Amino acid sequence: MVKKRILLYAVCILVAFIMAVPFLWMLSASFKENAEIFTQPIQWIPKKVKTVNYEKVMEEIPFIAYFLNTAYVTVVITVIRLLTCSMAAFAFAKLRFPGRDKFFLIYLATMMVPWHAIMIPQFITIQKAGLYDSHLALILTGSFSAFGVFIMRQNMLSLPEGLKEAAKIDGCGSLRIFTQIALPLSKTGLATLTALTFTQVWNDYMAPMIYLDSDMKKTIQLGLATFKREFDTDYGAIMAGTVLSLVPVVIIYAMAQKYIVEGVAFTGLKG
Amino acid sequence: MKKQKIGSKLERKEWLAGYLFLLPNFLGFLVFTIIPVIIGFVISFTDYTGFGTARFVGIENYKKMFQDSGFIIALQNNLFYTLTSVPMTIVFSLLLALMLNKKMYFGDGFKTIYFFPNLTSMVAVGCVWLQLFEPNNGPVNQLLGSIGVENPPKWFWSLSTAMISIVIVVVWKQAGYYMIMFLGGLKNIPTHLYESAKMDGANAWETFRYITWPMLSPATFMVTILTFIASFQVFDIINVTTEGGPGRATTVLVMRIYQEAFKYGRMGYASAIGYFLFLIIFIITLVQWKMQKKWVNDDM
Repeated sequence: MVKKRILLYAVCILVAFIMAVPFLWMLSASFKENAEIFTQPIQWIPKKVKTVNYEKVMEEIPFIAYFLNTAYVTVVITVIRLLTCSMAAFAFAKLRFPGRDKFFLIYLATMMVPWHAIMIPQFITIQKAGLYDSHLALILTGSFSAFGVFIMRQNMLSLPEGLKEAAKIDGCGSLRIFTQIALPLSKTGLATLTALTFTQVWNDYMAPMIYLDSDMKKTIQLGLATFKREFDTDYGAIMAGTVLSLVPVVIIYAMAQKYIVEGVAFTGLKG
Repeated sequence: MKKQKIGSKLERKEWLAGYLFLLPNFLGFLVFTIIPVIIGFVISFTDYTGFGTARFVGIENYKKMFQDSGFIIALQNNLFYTLTSVPMTIVFSLLLALMLNKKMYFGDGFKTIYFFPNLTSMVAVGCVWLQLFEPNNGPVNQLLGSIGVENPPKWFWSLSTAMISIVIVVVWKQAGYYMIMFLGGLKNIPTHLYESAKMDGANAWETFRYITWPMLSPATFMVTILTFIASFQVFDIINVTTEGGPGRATTVLVMRIYQEAFKYGRMGYASAIGYFLFLIIFIITLVQWKMQKKWVNDDM
């Protein structure tokens, strides 16, 4: 029994090592000069911590601009999603009106369509509207998520019907029921949607690649990928950029791990 | 219809509220999702280039797909990717879940670590693994060399191993995610089943084979479907690491769509491939609906 236990821990630690070692490499290489990176054997802990790579990233590319661009797009999309998705979800879960279920069916059906099948018409729409190479292109195409509606609806369905009836008798309009009862009781859903949206938009690569052109407008993933292509063998600097791009995600994970993990369960329901 | 007419004033107020609440999201959804779904389908029957007028070409684009070696290779590569990454992800994430299912010291810590790669971007992951898999002095090949492997693979840089390298990176990244789903499934298995198995003297393998595995089938089924669908949409990691190469060894369906549409301006043809992708996902979803009742052991 004890033997088995030890074996289990040994395997768990080995897997943890496999999961973590790429990030340790990233950190280690980011503080080394290029010549020190691919040594034999590898020096996992740099003899002398050097910040040249971080300085280089800041000088060679408008990294701060990438960072701020991404933060801006992420925050705006998150806010719009929270607002519009929870409103739509409230309508689907708690209000009765003709055609409601048909509308919901449309939402469900389009969740099956892969984004890659509609990115071309989306792109044409954006281009015709004169929004190519603008952050608004990313915001408009990224803000109205069916998945967000789905998460929030699931959350609001679990609110007791009696609350709404009681509020109605007290003369509460739908708006007040929404803002004073439904929203405050859907904090879990809101937090889950926030965490999921944040990581999704922050990590998005393909949409910025399609919609953005000028360097100063790039988001972090696009900027990092371009940097990687241009400074192909500048291993340390690429790792420094990667480290910086991960900082917000690590912070979100530390703050909202519970909600992010909860989001996984929702994806399970999606199908 | 009749019911609507005799709806009281209060009911009508609720109807109005319903539409108003739905409106902001639905408008955006209409313009940027529903209408594109329709336009995309229409474009796939034209020779639209992004400029000028489009000419209707019937099913020409769909016919062309199966004569286009670029598309056929991409489809083959994608199938290879699917048939390797899906089972590997299932096995690996299930093992992780089984390991962490017991009460153990630092269990939550392990879960946190295993899940973390899933949160990082494919761009970041690609940048790091390009270095880990560096053929000459990279850490992976140094490790292989130290345990006596004479000719370690060239990973991303060889025709024969490029795709499997992508698969390894993706499995590494997403295993923690599906582990959470399996853990959810394991939690739903009633403990009395295990207790009675123990009383019957079942060993660990028998317990897994006759209790855990069948009882876990809803979770396994869900993970299979999700990884299957996701595998047909792989793009980011490939574009960052191999860019479809060497040669065309790692070109996949989405990469074809991207190249045709945004490099060569063949929007019509690219849309046709996009709808082919949709068809694949549609079929998988249909199979899911049909099979769910047959295969999945939902009751008990």
